[in-house]
Amino acid sequence: MMKDITLGQYFPGKSFLHKMDPRMKIILLTCFIVFIFVAKNFYGLAVISSAIFFVLCVSGISPKMYFKSLKAIIFILLVTAGLNLFYGTGEPLWQWKFLAITQSGINTAVFIAVRIIALVLISASLTYTTSPTDLTDALEKLLKPLSIFHVQVHEIAMMMTIALRFIPTLLEETDKIMNAQKARGADFESGNFMARLKALIPILIPLFVSAFRRAFDLAVAMESRCYHGGDGRTRMRVLKYTKYDFTALGISCLVFAGVILCSIYLPPTLRTGM
Amino acid sequence: MSLLELKNLSFTYGVGTAFEKKAVNDVSLTIEKGEFIGIIGHTGSGKSTLVQMLNGLIQPTSGEILLDGENIWKNPKKIRNVRFRVGMVFQYPEYQLFEETVEKDIAFGPKNMGLSQDEISKRVADSAQFVGLKPELLKKSPFELSGGEKRRAAIAGVIAMDPEILILDEPTAGLDPKGRDVLLTQIATYHKIKKNTVLLVSHSMEDISKISDRILVMNKGNMYAFDTVKNIFSKGEDLERIGLQIPQITKIMIGLAKNGYDVSTDVYTVEQALLEIFKLRKGSVYKEK
Amino acid sequence: MDFIEVKNVSFGYDNADDGARKTVLNDVSFTVKKGEFVALLGHNGSGKSTLAKMFNGILEPEGGNITVNGIDTKEESTILEVRKNVGLVLQNPDNQLVASIVEEDVAFGPENLGIPPEKIRIRVDNALKAVDMYEYRRHAPHKLSGGQKQRVAIAGIIAMEPQCIVLDEPTAMLDPQGRREVMDTITKLNKEKGITIILITHYMDEAVLADRVIVLDDGNIIKDDVPRVVFSNVEFLKTHSLDVPQATELAYRLNSGGIKIDTIPLNEQECVEELLKALKNFYSSFF
Repeated sequence: MMKDITLGQYFPGKSFLHKMDPRMKIILLTCFIVFIFVAKNFYGLAVISSAIFFVLCVSGISPKMYFKSLKAIIFILLVTAGLNLFYGTGEPLWQWKFLAITQSGINTAVFIAVRIIALVLISASLTYTTSPTDLTDALEKLLKPLSIFHVQVHEIAMMMTIALRFIPTLLEETDKIMNAQKARGADFESGNFMARLKALIPILIPLFVSAFRRAFDLAVAMESRCYHGGDGRTRMRVLKYTKYDFTALGISCLVFAGVILCSIYLPPTLRTGM
Repeated sequence: MSLLELKNLSFTYGVGTAFEKKAVNDVSLTIEKGEFIGIIGHTGSGKSTLVQMLNGLIQPTSGEILLDGENIWKNPKKIRNVRFRVGMVFQYPEYQLFEETVEKDIAFGPKNMGLSQDEISKRVADSAQFVGLKPELLKKSPFELSGGEKRRAAIAGVIAMDPEILILDEPTAGLDPKGRDVLLTQIATYHKIKKNTVLLVSHSMEDISKISDRILVMNKGNMYAFDTVKNIFSKGEDLERIGLQIPQITKIMIGLAKNGYDVSTDVYTVEQALLEIFKLRKGSVYKEK
Repeated sequence: MDFIEVKNVSFGYDNADDGARKTVLNDVSFTVKKGEFVALLGHNGSGKSTLAKMFNGILEPEGGNITVNGIDTKEESTILEVRKNVGLVLQNPDNQLVASIVEEDVAFGPENLGIPPEKIRIRVDNALKAVDMYEYRRHAPHKLSGGQKQRVAIAGIIAMEPQCIVLDEPTAMLDPQGRREVMDTITKLNKEKGITIILITHYMDEAVLADRVIVLDDGNIIKDDVPRVVFSNVEFLKTHSLDVPQATELAYRLNSGGIKIDTIPLNEQECVEELLKALKNFYSSFF
């Protein structure tokens, strides 16, 4: 059933990662992603990958969940790695008609596969250990400087908060409307593409109507609770950097330095700028 | 043969997961053609799951549902036909309206049944009349109607399928006392004229006691009782114990009986209570404790 | 000066179909004292929901005005002062919660008022304790029952520390259990914290809990008195398609049937007591 879909994939816990400030987590995640691409050879990649492996170990999340996150991208992974396998140059190790596998092809394929895996795992570690509310709060704080460019940071964050709150409610509602239309003989399972698309109308229209009705109520409720935009608004929860954040920042800086050194002083694995 | 027979019906949510929860547990009962059944129980008693199984929206985890002696899941591909025979009006049904006009919306069910245009028009007109929708409203958008009218239009949409069994889940929720009384009367009239079977789910003992032949009481997924209205009310205090609200008048009669007055406690209307109290005067059966 | 003063308030709109003027409120006047528990009673379309949205300036009266602590609700510059003092709880418990965690939702009002963080924390905890939802503070609202959601909505208002809460049919969408929870919470807030309550409802058993009942019909006040007086007018209420508690109706009809009842009862306990007295008097005349 639709309401069984879990959103945000957040697993509450008390690990090192859970205790970190979400802002620091977002900053470091961004840096990690950048440095995954800064690494130009296997040495640098090894440094950042082991750092990521370490992060996963201290996240307190079961390895099963990380495998699950990889399962979602297995197809992309295989295609990308598979294509790169045949794009190498030099002495072919194996050849069939115009398809040739070379040592450089194997290197590239493995390199890119590891990059993608690293990328997915480090991002998963953030969403697994940070509640959606924390993420929204952190983004609002981090993007605050953008308001000088007239970006409505507070409004965007408020919209995200409301979306997070109402998605489960609307999913439940979708379920109810679907059942009600099924009870009137609506058929969502048979017919061609167009027929199925048309069958969605009896669900979508009531859903929109109900979303507007809720939005109207919510606006009244928010105004009644003295909402008047972001000006002069305080927050109950104040985000604070703690020793966990400084420790993580320190270790990360060492890792990033290692990656830079490897990239400067050791020969690159990839010929192109990929 | 009974119209509807439930045999050891059970349903468990999330089988094999950490959230496994038994919603309906081993319910067996029979319902005859033409009966008006009230179903009562508090939130989470399993009554909503039970009725959704009856029209094939939820497939039971075990046990079977026999409609005219035939298991409704015998041919899962034909389950849509079961839904036409067992009509279901959900809670707040007005949230399912979607067509441009009320008329088209009521016609949605009959159209899905593949009826002829003439038959559809006839059914739309008939069902609108049953729920007391004025003909001029039929050409309007359902979203222009008042709250009560929307509710009635949605109910008409199910009645228009002319089901042998009509299930209504809390049809009066959120209506004011007048709207509630009018709708209940319409349902009772519909039942009287059509002579089909109606199952009415409600939180309100007062509502269902007035129009039901028999009442099914659900508690924690189990069938707590299934009996005539009088017999159910004679166990008023038991019902209170499982968290159901019994009518104020029943409580008053229980209070009188406890104080030594020989009044029967299976009373649920003010008229019945008056009769009981005036009977005391004639027989003068007051017993000094 | 009374806490809330409603003076000659009228409101209407033009019917979309025929352009005819539809009057929702027609020259309505009354006042509410601090600490009072007032029930506004009327069937759908009686104008009671329109009135509910006027106490905190969500809607403006067309004619007349409403003042809260002497402040006119029409005045744009002081509207936050009004809303801080008069909270509004709506019918649908799903549509008025903003955040996906209970305690963060309750914090929403104080945050808008610019209260310092550590003080918000205290207010949120106290508000959740006042509605008996403290142990659910880290839960997601959509997993709560209707009654629990409605109590969270009330906590969200209490956290603003208002002097008055207006509740617009807060129990209409709840089951009996949820209704009881919400009504217990409301009466407790009124009795223990002295918060002024304006309860809009069409349930008689809720209205009897109030200090005072105002009956609206077609935009007019047709009764304004203590519950016992209002409900003893059984015929009057019925002609305005309103219910009467069964206890009251029984006593009223026994009275007309010759069994003398001293005080018209409003609930079943009172009714049993009155009946016992009345029956004893009545039958002892036979022995």
